[in-house]
Amino acid sequence: MSLATACVLAPVLNHRQRDPAAEAAALGQIAAWAVQFTPAVSLQPPRGLLLEVEGSLRLFGGIGRILDAVKRGVADMGFTVSVACAPTVSAAWLLARGGAERVFAGARAIRDAISPLPVRVLDCDAQALETLAAIGVRSLGDLLSLPRDGVARRFGQHVLDQLDRALGLLSEARMFFTAPPRFDAALELAAGVASAEVLLFPAKRLLTQLAGYLAARCAGVQRFRLALGHEDAPETTLEIGLATPSRDAGRLVILVRERLAATTLAAPVTQVRLQAGEILTLAGDTGSLFPDRMNDPGDWARLVERLSARLGQEAVHGLAPRAEHRPERAWQATAPGAGAGAGQAARSPRPLWLLERPRPLDEVDSKPHYHDGPLSLIAGPERIESGWWDEADVKRDYFIAQTPGHSMLWVYRERKQPGGWYLHGIFG
Amino acid sequence: MSALAKLLSHPAIWRGDRLSSVSTPSLPTGFPALDAELPGGGWPAAALTEILPQHEGIGELRILGPALASLAARGRWLAWIAPPYLPYAPALQAAGIDLARLLVVRTRSPRETLWAAEQALRSNSCGAVLAWPEKIAWPELRRLQLAAAGTQALAFLFRPPRAAGEASPAALRLALDTCEGDLAVRILKRRGAVLGQPIRLHPAPVVNRNRTGFHHAVDFALFPALPARIIPAGISAL
Repeated sequence: MSLATACVLAPVLNHRQRDPAAEAAALGQIAAWAVQFTPAVSLQPPRGLLLEVEGSLRLFGGIGRILDAVKRGVADMGFTVSVACAPTVSAAWLLARGGAERVFAGARAIRDAISPLPVRVLDCDAQALETLAAIGVRSLGDLLSLPRDGVARRFGQHVLDQLDRALGLLSEARMFFTAPPRFDAALELAAGVASAEVLLFPAKRLLTQLAGYLAARCAGVQRFRLALGHEDAPETTLEIGLATPSRDAGRLVILVRERLAATTLAAPVTQVRLQAGEILTLAGDTGSLFPDRMNDPGDWARLVERLSARLGQEAVHGLAPRAEHRPERAWQATAPGAGAGAGQAARSPRPLWLLERPRPLDEVDSKPHYHDGPLSLIAGPERIESGWWDEADVKRDYFIAQTPGHSMLWVYRERKQPGGWYLHGIFG
Repeated sequence: MSALAKLLSHPAIWRGDRLSSVSTPSLPTGFPALDAELPGGGWPAAALTEILPQHEGIGELRILGPALASLAARGRWLAWIAPPYLPYAPALQAAGIDLARLLVVRTRSPRETLWAAEQALRSNSCGAVLAWPEKIAWPELRRLQLAAAGTQALAFLFRPPRAAGEASPAALRLALDTCEGDLAVRILKRRGAVLGQPIRLHPAPVVNRNRTGFHHAVDFALFPALPARIIPAGISAL
């Protein structure tokens, strides 16, 4: 039936162009996710995926659990799936194509299992299917009861080979899928999405894929990139970092949610793309009988991640001293938890608060004044003169000063022209 | 001990003029005079503590120094959320605080400050959470108090002195002022009887008046091989 005819019959018909490249990419993404169940994953284009799971039964606790995990995961990624399990790969494929969710073992049962399937599950041309229908062959069972040489002559040897492979009479060699070294998956959104909250759903699908991909490699990510493509604007990229490597989809989703909540979209989003370049090895969790909640580094790591996902990476940091005379350079921001380290112990008192920019103080009768009156200089001067080599040299005399309200301040007199008094710290 | 005193010392009996002797988990402040007046004998854990300094620079951080240093030494994290100035690493180190356990969180709005403080408390991974909210209303205070109640962390909220007149769900509220050079701590609210007299403390002095060893750091452009030198005061540097 042509599209025009279909549209006349059903005016509300919503039709789309089929995109084989996107289908192939989607199949590759599901395969990359499925490698977590078995290393023997094989593609059956355009929409089949074959997994050899016998070696994984013990690890996952039975075929039922594997099938449940597959169905749940594929649904989370936004696809529908029909699964079947059989002793030969072709039999499983025919059963899955026939939509029969069956699980069985034992080579003898194959013939009984595939016999009721309609002949259209076979990979053969439309003309052959028409001929089969014309001679009253509807199921594979009917086809199997026909003389073999006749079938081969009329419909081609490949039809017979498919049946033989399913029955295990003919051996079958398949290429195994190898996951790409970098994770890169994208989802096209049918309609532009303008709300950051709605974007969480496609992002969740991609993160589920990423989690499967990482599980297969016993790996984790410490940073990943979410690129939001727009119709007619440069794409928005969100770089998301974690405190410790992880492959926990739930944890990644929380971070993406915080980050999306803090993002304003320039334009409706038409594509969501998830990329993870650095794949780090990550051992599985060891279950502890008595989890030590208070000293669990996991809680801390998760806190740092949540804060930096919402507030920005540079807004959450640790502190470390630096061996440097200039007060504004005697410290540095570090990654959270990486603080401390060597710095020279200050020989003179230093204030607990430092002003990022020294604040000029009023000068009355050559004495510095603060809000509530003249400052009395209690200690000093401490002369700091340093930094001529990097164009940021300072020439200052530092004093500890007290306000009339007994606040302790760290002030300095500028020795370079034009001079003046400045507040640089507060003894909090 | 008289029979009456023995009877009255029974833990089930609470007298209005005394601190409640309920054992609230707490951490000694490092100032015995202050500990004596706080229920539990120290900074209360799992509760909100408000600190209202009259001015900046009177010792509002130094009063926390001993408690923060002991928490960091035990490997507990200290989260500083939206501090008004830069916490200065050399001074913190001099106060004995292990900087490896320090986390500074900068925020762009009061809402983010409260969110970050609540997250830090709820994560149950911090030994102390210090926050400097620009403004905070009763429902938000209540939220923080509830978040604090679910952890074992010390939760300090620094607020302006004018907040002393407002009601607050915090378990402990301290107004700080100076009195003849000492730090005067007035307990606005505690679990127990009202304390009229301010407590006078001497937090770590800024200047050691007995010591004269001030130093100059001067580098000599003439000797590029020696970029910086320390020359004790008294010797003419230039």
